[in-house]
Amino acid sequence: MVATSTSSIIDPPGEIELEARDLSVYYGESHALKSVSIKIPDRKVVAFIGPSGCGKSTLLRCFNRMNDLVPGARIEGEALFQGDNLYGSDVDAVEVRRRIGMVFQKPNPFPKTIYENVAFGPRINGYRGRMDDLVERSLRAAALWDEVKDRLNSSALALSGGQQQRLCIARALAVQPEVILMDEPASALDPIATQKIEDLIYELKQNYTVVIVTHNMQQAARVSDYTAFLYMGELIEYGPTQQLFTNPREERTESYITGRFG
Amino acid sequence: MSDEQKPRGLAGAAGLFNTRHQFRTRMGTVFAVLCFCATMAGIFVLGVLLVDIWRDGAHRLSLDFLRSGQSRFANRTGIKPALYGSLWVLVITAIVSFPLGVGTAIWLEEYAPMNRWKKLIQTNIANLAGVPSIVYGMLGLAIFVRAAGMGRSVLAAGFTLALLILPVIIIASQEAVRAVPNTIRLGAYALGATRWEMIRYHVLPIALPGILTGTILALSRAIGEAAPLIVVGALAFVPLPPRGPLDEFTVIPIQIFNWVSKPQREFHEIAAAGSIVLLIVLLTLNAAAIYLRNRYSKKW
Amino acid sequence: MKSGRPQLRSKDPVSGAPRERRVTEDTEAGPTPAEAAARVMPQSPAAPAAGFAPRPGPRGLGAPASGARRRKERVISAVLLAFSAVSILTTVGIVFALAREAFAFFREVSVFEFLTGTEWTPLFRPPQFGVLPLIAGSVLIAAGAAVVALPIGLAAAIYLSEYAHDRVRRIIKPILEVLAGVPTVVYGYFALTFVTPLLRSIWPEIEVFNAASAALVMGIMIIPMVSSLSEDALSAVPRALREGAYALGATRFEVAARTVVPAALSGIIASFILAISRAIGETMIVTIAAGLTPKLTLNPFESVETMTAYIASTAAGDVPHGTVEYQTIFAVALTLFAITLLMNIISNIVLAKYREVYE
Repeated sequence: MVATSTSSIIDPPGEIELEARDLSVYYGESHALKSVSIKIPDRKVVAFIGPSGCGKSTLLRCFNRMNDLVPGARIEGEALFQGDNLYGSDVDAVEVRRRIGMVFQKPNPFPKTIYENVAFGPRINGYRGRMDDLVERSLRAAALWDEVKDRLNSSALALSGGQQQRLCIARALAVQPEVILMDEPASALDPIATQKIEDLIYELKQNYTVVIVTHNMQQAARVSDYTAFLYMGELIEYGPTQQLFTNPREERTESYITGRFG
Repeated sequence: MSDEQKPRGLAGAAGLFNTRHQFRTRMGTVFAVLCFCATMAGIFVLGVLLVDIWRDGAHRLSLDFLRSGQSRFANRTGIKPALYGSLWVLVITAIVSFPLGVGTAIWLEEYAPMNRWKKLIQTNIANLAGVPSIVYGMLGLAIFVRAAGMGRSVLAAGFTLALLILPVIIIASQEAVRAVPNTIRLGAYALGATRWEMIRYHVLPIALPGILTGTILALSRAIGEAAPLIVVGALAFVPLPPRGPLDEFTVIPIQIFNWVSKPQREFHEIAAAGSIVLLIVLLTLNAAAIYLRNRYSKKW
Repeated sequence: MKSGRPQLRSKDPVSGAPRERRVTEDTEAGPTPAEAAARVMPQSPAAPAAGFAPRPGPRGLGAPASGARRRKERVISAVLLAFSAVSILTTVGIVFALAREAFAFFREVSVFEFLTGTEWTPLFRPPQFGVLPLIAGSVLIAAGAAVVALPIGLAAAIYLSEYAHDRVRRIIKPILEVLAGVPTVVYGYFALTFVTPLLRSIWPEIEVFNAASAALVMGIMIIPMVSSLSEDALSAVPRALREGAYALGATRFEVAARTVVPAALSGIIASFILAISRAIGETMIVTIAAGLTPKLTLNPFESVETMTAYIASTAAGDVPHGTVEYQTIFAVALTLFAITLLMNIISNIVLAKYREVYE
């Protein structure tokens, strides 16, 4: 295990929204995440990159407690949201997941109408305002309103892949989270749809903290303010995107981004 | 939505949401417990049934019970004619249904082109599986007892039950044949085997445990059937076991039915004893099927 | 490909011209795979290299497979096709057998009177042939069974599919299947000798033969049908859907009840319909415990007669061929067959719709 110099991990300035402290994850015997410490700043886009199996999705899922759903998963260390430990003994995962939303790699709309997809989250979370307004606002924020405003009651499964993914983003926005976690959100989409998602991420960061896992380095370079490079469960390097891609400090980082492995 | 000053951390603003997350989580647990209780309820009733039957009839079980024929007196009545009758019927059912069922499954899986006819046959088989068993009895009465002239005999009963369980055998055999990996077929063809040689020497040996398991389970269903055989003519009072396929007969479930239809309490106990015998036979058959499946199912 | 062996040797692959049949010493019998292998590798220990030499003899594909072998293939194929035809013949046989006697019956009694009459007294003088009381009996008991089996079966399916650990499920599922394997006579016995006295101790006004006991026990019997089919439907819902709901802050029960169950609804409804259809077609429980008095009633405490019980009790009574009683059995059986077939078809249609949901 080559030691990573701490100067390769640059703490971003400003308010910190999410933080991991010596976070380790075990799936049964396998040690998926090894003592990772990272600070995610408020209202910026942070990208996690690295080869397959490096732990970037695992790290992402720690922040909304989705790893709880994996039988045999064990977490050590701390994950903090605005200073509070997400894994505290009196913390309900249900509330965590409303505040920290997630969009998945393959669009997974419910087999319901477009309206019902967006309204589902607010309904179960006891939304007390006007649902129609919330649905419209969420669809607008996801840049989908104009395309679907005339067919809110048609099935969500009839939409194209890119539209479905934007619907999933709208769905996640409807519960008014503060953080949006995205697990390779565009990898299942064609280039035009990918472009729309990337534009959307740029819009979203005005109001939300976005963490995006991607295996597409060019996408990370286009979209994110900060980038973290993970390898075999460890955080190797973390810093401003420009700097990491043009002048990486770690040899492994440079090997990965120049395509020598991955 | 975005510019309000909100308190930090998890205790922070819920905004317009009344999340009540603790309440919802607790309600979720309550419902989960209810679902578990529902699952257990069925098993609980099964236990009650088995205990009840044992308590009612166990003391009537004896070798004499197994060896005696029918009698007007509860103390001297036995299950032997029904036992033999069931055996005769079962053998005939097996002989008729097994080749027909397996043959149909093989044809559907290996020979039939994917067209309307195949789909029609498949749908037809699925529908046949849902036809009430007593309707099969009517079919047996009209075709086997009358038209084919078998009379109210073991033969007619065997054929009738064979048709009844045929869909079950076909569906189970189809699954077993489908589970054989395609590489085996391709390998056999590549060696120059004909289609039947490929099936006989390569596919069938692998699919056989699954086929046999399905057949045994289907036969165990046949043993427990009473309704179609009532119509086909299993008689109420049959003193002797059948000696030939054209003899009159009775089977265990019908014997139980007769006993429980009598008003005397002793005959109810005898009915319970007969039920125990029937359940033991079924248990043995099912255990054999499960043993077969576990012993011979290899992971491909 | 029906004849088995593909015909490879009739055209030259390059020029497409028909190829001449080469005359070889084995024009009659082509080699079996074993023989061909042996010819390629003769057993010759002295010259191992020679063992892999190209085989002596004429070049080319040689003669096609023997006529005997091809004939055998054709015979086997025909036999298997004939076997498969039996299933079609069975359906034809059922329809024919029922229709023949039923039409004879309908020459005596009008279909209208049969389907709308409210009295079923075929043995009285004058006889009444309204089948509604029998249908009502079947429906009443099936409804009672549904009240028991549908909620319990669905709840069990939810538990097994969404909550239970793998090991627990592998133990409980087979035990539930045992419920389906108990012979219906034994259930009938249980209904008459245990359930009825139990119910009567609570409500003394229940008759000895009553619909409630039969319905309760029948409900228990069809629980595995509902739970097994519903669980298949629930398990088929992709994992990604559940994750999406969890990520929005749903509790485990909300994910199960508000996402998975609605997504699997077609399969669940299909299982309900099939279970009810089974309940309508069941004979022994009702014959033993529900009674033989046809009447139009909604009261489960009374004795009723179902279609199946009428058929069983009348057929057991050795009715002479050609009489009106004999024909009534077939008319009622035709009605029963039509009802259950209709329900099964509806269930298939519902299931077919379900297959489209994830496209």
